[in-house]
Amino acid sequence: MAKRIDVSGLSAYYGSAKAIEDISMTVEPRSVTAFIGPSGCGKSTFLRTLNRMHEVIPNAHVEGKVMLDDENLYASGVDPVAVRRTVGMVFQRPNPFPTMSIYDNVAAGLKLNGMRRKGDLDTLVEKSLKGANLWNEVKDRLNKPGAGLSGGQQQRLCIARAIAVEPQVLLMDEPCSALDPISTLAIEDLIGELKERFTIVIVTHNMQQAARVSDRTAFFNLAAVGQPGRLIEIDETERIFSNPSVQATEDYISGRFG
Amino acid sequence: MEISRSAPTQAKAVVPPESGPPNLRQTPVEPPAPQNKGKVRLGDRLFSGASRGSGILLLVIMAAIAAFLTYRAVGAIADDHGNFLTTKEWNANATPPVFGIAVLATGTVISAVIAMVIAVPIAVGVALFISHYAPRKLAQPLAYLVDLLAAVPSIVYGLWGALFLVPHLQGTTQWLDSFFAWTYVFDASQPEVTPRSLFTVGILLAIMILPIVTNVSREVFLQVPRMHEEAALALGATRWEVIRISVLPFGRSGVISASMLGLGRALGETMAVATVLSPSAILSLHILDPGGGTIAQNIASGFGEASPFGRDALIASGLVLFVITLVVNGAARLIIARRKEYSGANA
Amino acid sequence: MSAVTDKTPQGGIHPSAPSLKHARLPKWAPAATAVGAIAVAVGIGMGAELSSKIQWGLIAVLLFVGTLHVLSSKVEGTRQAKDRLATSLLWVCFILAVIPLFSLIEYTIAKGLKVLDAAFLSHSMNGVITTETGGGIYHSLIGTLEQVGIATAMAAPIGLLTAIYLVEYGRGKLAKTVTFFVDVMTGVPSIVAGLFILSFWIIYLDFNFSGFAGAMALAILMMPVVVRSTEEMLKLVPNELREASLALGVPKWLTILRVVLPTAIGGIVTGVMLAIARITGETAPVLLLVYGSTAINNNPFDGPQDSLPLYVFQQWKNGNEPSYDRAWAAALVLIALVMAFNLLARGIARWKAPSGGRG
Repeated sequence: MAKRIDVSGLSAYYGSAKAIEDISMTVEPRSVTAFIGPSGCGKSTFLRTLNRMHEVIPNAHVEGKVMLDDENLYASGVDPVAVRRTVGMVFQRPNPFPTMSIYDNVAAGLKLNGMRRKGDLDTLVEKSLKGANLWNEVKDRLNKPGAGLSGGQQQRLCIARAIAVEPQVLLMDEPCSALDPISTLAIEDLIGELKERFTIVIVTHNMQQAARVSDRTAFFNLAAVGQPGRLIEIDETERIFSNPSVQATEDYISGRFG
Repeated sequence: MEISRSAPTQAKAVVPPESGPPNLRQTPVEPPAPQNKGKVRLGDRLFSGASRGSGILLLVIMAAIAAFLTYRAVGAIADDHGNFLTTKEWNANATPPVFGIAVLATGTVISAVIAMVIAVPIAVGVALFISHYAPRKLAQPLAYLVDLLAAVPSIVYGLWGALFLVPHLQGTTQWLDSFFAWTYVFDASQPEVTPRSLFTVGILLAIMILPIVTNVSREVFLQVPRMHEEAALALGATRWEVIRISVLPFGRSGVISASMLGLGRALGETMAVATVLSPSAILSLHILDPGGGTIAQNIASGFGEASPFGRDALIASGLVLFVITLVVNGAARLIIARRKEYSGANA
Repeated sequence: MSAVTDKTPQGGIHPSAPSLKHARLPKWAPAATAVGAIAVAVGIGMGAELSSKIQWGLIAVLLFVGTLHVLSSKVEGTRQAKDRLATSLLWVCFILAVIPLFSLIEYTIAKGLKVLDAAFLSHSMNGVITTETGGGIYHSLIGTLEQVGIATAMAAPIGLLTAIYLVEYGRGKLAKTVTFFVDVMTGVPSIVAGLFILSFWIIYLDFNFSGFAGAMALAILMMPVVVRSTEEMLKLVPNELREASLALGVPKWLTILRVVLPTAIGGIVTGVMLAIARITGETAPVLLLVYGSTAINNNPFDGPQDSLPLYVFQQWKNGNEPSYDRAWAAALVLIALVMAFNLLARGIARWKAPSGGRG
């Protein structure tokens, strides 16, 4: 259930403005890779190019290659819908479908993919909610609206929704930035469990979080305001936080800027 | 706010105005607050009184509409020698006057229903097209186009309907009759006659209410939070599936209230019906047959020759129309209000 | 359709892993289907001698939607096919909505230009025999402008003040009631407004038909529109601005007059202009209250007048070619007038857009 991502020479644009430039990296399967860097350095933009969500924004486009094992996501003929089905995503703010119950939220992706049988759905919904460490909290109110949960629960509901369709990769765009510390901890624990099954990429503003949850860390930065963001380096998380090879990384981590 | 008012007021009164925040520098702070506090109060009282009075005046007007229509209507209905609700013909000028709204009310409802059946799906489609499908550069001009469409006066629609649409619907009428006569409603007794029918009226009304239903629905669709659409996209939903699972559920009550607004318009439309329909006192569900009438159309067509009593009779029918539209619009507002509560709960 | 061969093996470690590539219809497929459908529809239409072009169009639409759906579900699978079906249906909706508009505009312009000239604008119908050519709309233009002007003079201040009340002062039951009835008032059919003034002004108070009577009915129709749009605009004015002014010791009414209103004035004027555009085309109340006249009557307070929409209706009622021509020409002028108000409103909105507003 996990694939390797190989990015080479990737640039992303908003209209004619280049947001990120010439990024190449490898994301290992069954591991957590964290993206860190100052605001506006393009880490979220880069994340969104990994499941072709970037091009949803009007006039946005991407150049370069993203290989998911041996398939290029940007090859002609590739269906972005299939890409997003394979590479799941969790967003900054919890976004359960407001009109749907907890159950329907988790089942939404499954139903889209043609699963109709109640029994199958029940099994997978339970499995996904358990996988997101939410089952015990909601099993008695599966038919209540998802929007009625607390922020942290909503975010775990969104994770359950994302993993229900068994993606190869799970992208997380600052999943804890809108949550309180206790909910954050719950999500971080969950990430540790999920990496057994999925390739996980997480964008975070919080360096301690990157240090806690990730195996590898990529540092992004921009040369100057208005310049596109670039990948400065990617390495084992331990190395990045103890002995990075680039000075800028050290400056950022030690809080000298950003 | 009340607390912050008293303390800083004193402080600022001493400081010359030019030291105020820059965005307020053009604002002349004329009345030095402390000296003529009584005067300030007076200005405030006058102004708030005037604005409050205007609000009350609006209520008075609404009450007066109901009161005066009822007042004239009661007299007319009392002297009606037929049953006001069940009589088909409208002979209010005759002696003795015999008139009823059976045909008119039915015609009003039938034509409005036809208009809704045609207009609502298309309007929702156009709204979705503009909000989610049209190329971005095209979306804004298209929205303007719909706005302009909404601004075309109803009498122009009426003229176009009578002189262009009616002859052009002759073929369609005959075709519907020959293939769908078995549905009863599409059974035309004289398909050769010019189709000045409720069906044609319904189509014209559909064209007329399309812009308003489209505009309101489009507004609602554009308010769907981006993150809900992205949630669907990230699950691997096609564009239509995004619409189905995140846009339509969010916009449903908005579409309902938009439709109700359109329905209100269709029920009260006067001139377009008056020009297109060839009225008669026949109560029939064969919508392709010329004949029938609507309340508003009957008022416009009958007013010129109406005797003073005839006018009162027409006012009585207007009261019925007023009540119907009141109910429809009230329902629409209730739905909108419920929606507000709902979206407020998970904001 | 070579794309069909593109079936990547479903093997690998994860048998459930779907391929990222799907067979897709070529980009030109919808356009080609559309052209084909239209061609076939024209063929059928001519072959079966269907007189109405509407039927031709319906056949083409059904063919297009059906063919594309079948093709797509064969090649691309059900989900894609559904997506395409939705897309083509939305296009169809859009085209269906636009056709009447173009027909209406085109027809009105084509017919209207026939008799529209300087004489048409500067002459009344006084003494013109309706079955003959000649005459004009001068008297109606005067009537429309006067009635709309009076209606605006009545409705705009009341509407504005009501909106100020609702946004700046209104609390509690009264404000809620007013809000509700403003909404209800928006839905009052124009003919009902006309009947009200008829029963109150002309029957009860026994005044004569006049432009002013019509203007009162128009004002009733205009008020709620002004209230609604002004309310929206006032709500857009940030609260910080009000608080900053109040904190300076400026009394509330001056704050509203000097800070709030100037900030929102662009939007307010736009709303009033749109309301004017709406009542300019109203016919029903004018028909009941202004009564119509063929001669010039410059005094809106005494005696029947005419108005443009009413003129269109009267000429249509005459039921002969010269009258129809006049009706179209007047309709064209009416549309131009309404559009002018609309464009003016948009111009003001763009020019005076509050910087913090929704861009």
